[in-house]
Amino acid sequence: MNIQFRESQEAASPLTAKTAIADCDIHPARATRTELYPYLAKRWQHHLEVYGVHAYQGMMEGPPYPKAQPNASRRDAWPPEGGPQGSSLAFMQKQLLDPNNVQLGVLNPLNTGQGIRNHELSAALCSAINDWQIDKWTSKDKRLKASIVVGNEDGLSAAAEIRERAGDKNFVQVLLLSRNVEPLGQRRYWPIYQAAEEAGLPVGVHAFGFGGNPITPSGWPSYYIEEMVGHSQCQQSALASLVLEGVFERFPKLKMVMIEAGFGWAPSLAWRLDKAWKRLRSEVPHVKRPPSEYIREQVWWTTQPMEDPERREDLFDVIKWVGWDKLLFATDYPHWDYDEPSRVLPAGVSEANREAFYLGNAKKLYGIAA
Amino acid sequence: MASLIAGGIDCDVHPAVPHLTSLLPYLNDYWRDQVTTRGMVDLISQSYPQNSPINARPDWRPETGKPGESLSDMQRHVLDPFQLKHAICNPLYGVQMVFSEDLQAAFCRALNEWLVKEWLDRDSRLRGSIVIPTQSVEKAVAEIERCAEDRRFVQVLMLVMGDTPLGKRALWPIYEAAERLDLPIGIHAGSAYHNPPTAVGWGSYHIEDYVGQAQAFQTQLTSLIVEGVFAKYPRLKMVMLESGVSWIAPYLWRLHKFWRGVRMETPWVDRAPLELVRSNIRFSLQPFDAPPEPETLIRLFEHMQSDELVLFSTDYPHWQFDDQDALPEGLSPDLVRKIMIDNPHATYPRLT
Repeated sequence: MNIQFRESQEAASPLTAKTAIADCDIHPARATRTELYPYLAKRWQHHLEVYGVHAYQGMMEGPPYPKAQPNASRRDAWPPEGGPQGSSLAFMQKQLLDPNNVQLGVLNPLNTGQGIRNHELSAALCSAINDWQIDKWTSKDKRLKASIVVGNEDGLSAAAEIRERAGDKNFVQVLLLSRNVEPLGQRRYWPIYQAAEEAGLPVGVHAFGFGGNPITPSGWPSYYIEEMVGHSQCQQSALASLVLEGVFERFPKLKMVMIEAGFGWAPSLAWRLDKAWKRLRSEVPHVKRPPSEYIREQVWWTTQPMEDPERREDLFDVIKWVGWDKLLFATDYPHWDYDEPSRVLPAGVSEANREAFYLGNAKKLYGIAA
Repeated sequence: MASLIAGGIDCDVHPAVPHLTSLLPYLNDYWRDQVTTRGMVDLISQSYPQNSPINARPDWRPETGKPGESLSDMQRHVLDPFQLKHAICNPLYGVQMVFSEDLQAAFCRALNEWLVKEWLDRDSRLRGSIVIPTQSVEKAVAEIERCAEDRRFVQVLMLVMGDTPLGKRALWPIYEAAERLDLPIGIHAGSAYHNPPTAVGWGSYHIEDYVGQAQAFQTQLTSLIVEGVFAKYPRLKMVMLESGVSWIAPYLWRLHKFWRGVRMETPWVDRAPLELVRSNIRFSLQPFDAPPEPETLIRLFEHMQSDELVLFSTDYPHWQFDDQDALPEGLSPDLVRKIMIDNPHATYPRLT
């Protein structure tokens, strides 16, 4: 591998020890291919060796759109002891948690049991990844909190996994991906929302996943950049579905977090939904209030990849429309499009808003004591 | 509301085909026979159910027949009261849903002929868009070349949701012909339903399909830009019709950010996406999907950093506004003039 670990990156960032932050999107990785096997029944270990996982896309290994960098990760994030980026707690502490004074780090494991056509295998892998998050990460560093990864296409077994983990303080949210077999408001997913609401856990929807649908409404595009930019469109459609199927109306205490798909589009989508709802509400009588109200009250947004218009006033307009109380800072460590905490927010933000953005909103949402 | 000015260009009106049988006079014997003996039904797209409130303003809905099927209604409702110099007819008849390239080509040709005879020939203010059979790029180009001889055709019309992303190279002969013949490509809301209407699958509701048009436009703009359509055809203009406008700036911030990050993947994109949009892409005004407060509107136009992007439209007979309130509150008289007159003329070379 022609990628060098750069010592200079270990230098503390300018924010060191000044302001504590929450990082609401960290991606822990397995160091080896078989790292989950201790948490999997022999039957599934055998299955993986013989058949692998059958996803809702064609590649046995790796993504259909080649990433811009190996594992979509920073070139300086390879742990010195080996293994892929994000697979070493010690190195994550040294590179991310300590220098940035991360007080709360929310783990969102990807490439788990989600998006797998064999739903039993999906459930087994998700349960394994949840055990693994405790053993390898949250039990070893109290700043880190896990997400309950659930087999997304089987709502009932997903709800069972949530109920089993409910009350376990290692976990602070339920994790779904944006692209599934159906739009996320559909009934097959309701048991997940019901269980999450009962457990008092937000449901995070992270960009990505494959559900068997072309990733644009006009078929499959050509390039990685189209997939990356397109995550915001997938997320918009998923959120529109959640609103229009009445998920927020039916589960009024449900909180949802839109992760790594931007937030700049949120005001526009809410306005558009409101305008269409005024005309067409007789089709969706279960949507009792203007869609923007559900979104404003029940949806949070992680910041990375932060919108960065040329003029900061434009950014401040959008944040004002979304709500300073709804943004959760995230770096996306160790991925290449990592947002550096000291650089994302321009000057001109009040101390209260800055604190809410970097830490306060996350602690409140995830129930972490001050 | 901001005041309308006379002599404007309405870039998006929808004359309706009363029924598939209305096209019979414009089909040859073989296709006329196919339509009748096989019992083919009217081609009404799920994108616009006839009785959906969004499909026609209550006071623009006729007692019988389809909204938009009568020229005298269009004259009375929009051409006269808005004092228009021209209106560009974008037929939304469901020919794009047809899978057979032969049948689709016959229907498109008939539809274009019907537009000439029943509309363009009967009111000199009307201009037309060429509907093309995208199941065959070769046949689409032939239809463009055939229709382009009539200068009243000012644009080529495609749907925002088709079989493939619009930037795909296989479609480029269409763009080559359009650029060569001074025809912008109009991309209109609506789906051929050859793919699920959202990138995350089939939603349950008409409203979901309608809201989803904006996401479809966003993915198409990405495709058109990163595939290099405007690097190859720098004079080609594309007009997003019934796309909504409030998403444009935040969408471009995101595209711009990722372009800076991974532009090595598409090195032919040698200008920033923001610049490409400013030079080559335009958007129709309605539906204006923003809240009614003028201060928000002013900020949204500021975010676009250009007063040349938006073209006036009523979206007749769709129900996007009431009375004469096609222009949202807060537009300055200068901007109104640009939107209603200058920008459309700069976009459509054939509108002279």
